[in-house]
Amino acid sequence: MAPTGKDSLLIIVPAYNEEGAVGGVVRSIRMVLPDAPVLVIDDSSLDATQQAARQAGARVLPLPHHLGLGGCVQAGYKLAFELGYQYVIRVDGDGQHDANDIPRIFEALRSSGCEMVIGSRFVAENGSRPGAMRGVGIRFFRMVLRPILGKPVRDPTSGFVGVNRDALQVFSKSFPLEYPEIEALVVLQRRRFRFQEVPCKMHPRTTGRSSITAVRSIYYIVHVLLGVLVNLLKFDSRARRPGRPGETGKS
Amino acid sequence: MDRLLNVLTLASGLLVLLVLISLRRAHIRVEYSVSWLLAAAALLVLSRSHRMLDAAAQLLGISYPPFVLLLVVGCVFVLMFFRYSVILSKLRDDNIALAQRLAILEYHLQSLRSDGSHA
Repeated sequence: MAPTGKDSLLIIVPAYNEEGAVGGVVRSIRMVLPDAPVLVIDDSSLDATQQAARQAGARVLPLPHHLGLGGCVQAGYKLAFELGYQYVIRVDGDGQHDANDIPRIFEALRSSGCEMVIGSRFVAENGSRPGAMRGVGIRFFRMVLRPILGKPVRDPTSGFVGVNRDALQVFSKSFPLEYPEIEALVVLQRRRFRFQEVPCKMHPRTTGRSSITAVRSIYYIVHVLLGVLVNLLKFDSRARRPGRPGETGKS
Repeated sequence: MDRLLNVLTLASGLLVLLVLISLRRAHIRVEYSVSWLLAAAALLVLSRSHRMLDAAAQLLGISYPPFVLLLVVGCVFVLMFFRYSVILSKLRDDNIALAQRLAILEYHLQSLRSDGSHA
């Protein structure tokens, strides 16, 4: 799975107990991008996620114990960075992301020069509707992030994200470990990295369970707000320096 | 007052004993036992020394001197719990980094094996 060419792309698929969906996700990616390697990061699933991923043609990065979404995604970023990939696109293993949108994210990454491209269900009207609780959360975090990022972000909780090698270097060393999407935006902003949103579809989950239940949504909001605040404080001195530092501590 | 101080003396002595037994059985590392032993020793001294307790109570404006001890106990436990939260956080970070490294090494090993079997 060695990267080839200056536009080498790796698709990473974090998965936990997704044996019912991950095979279909990998096959749909391989249909759209037959030459792009697909790496499923198995977060120590209790079911046959690894076997389903391998049977569908993916390589598997097996975590020895459950790390949660952030630790799982960061493991993929670390491997991609070590192997020398220029671009990485994350597609969730639950089948909510449409593989047909991957080329659009990849093209935006290559042509825009942005360090991060987010697949957003709100950039264009495409019929994708989040649940009521998630919708409230999205609107709340849009308001919180607007002054921090200096520009609006329509879908801050989207996990359909592409990054280039500069962002990969940062994320392989510092990545929020729980509920990483919103904090990751702040981590990048503190380094003066740019992001762009492109329209994409989101399908309703067909198997498995979301990691964010109604009960945990309050904890989610508090946790993410605190994470945003910590990241603002942590990297304030670095952000004032000229240039783009690539080194960081833990998040 | 004396009864409360006696109870605290007994509790401090038991804590010292518990830490020493745990050390002997290697259930606790020396570096983590030092803070417990120091806290227990401080409580032991304060609970047996009326003069020090009265002086501390006067300094803090507390009319009932044994409350000083309870205040010290509360502060010590808050500090200890915070310290252990810091230690736990570091251990978790290290654990995650190790797990990721292990997974990556296993991935490389699998790649080498599959390359070798194809050769």
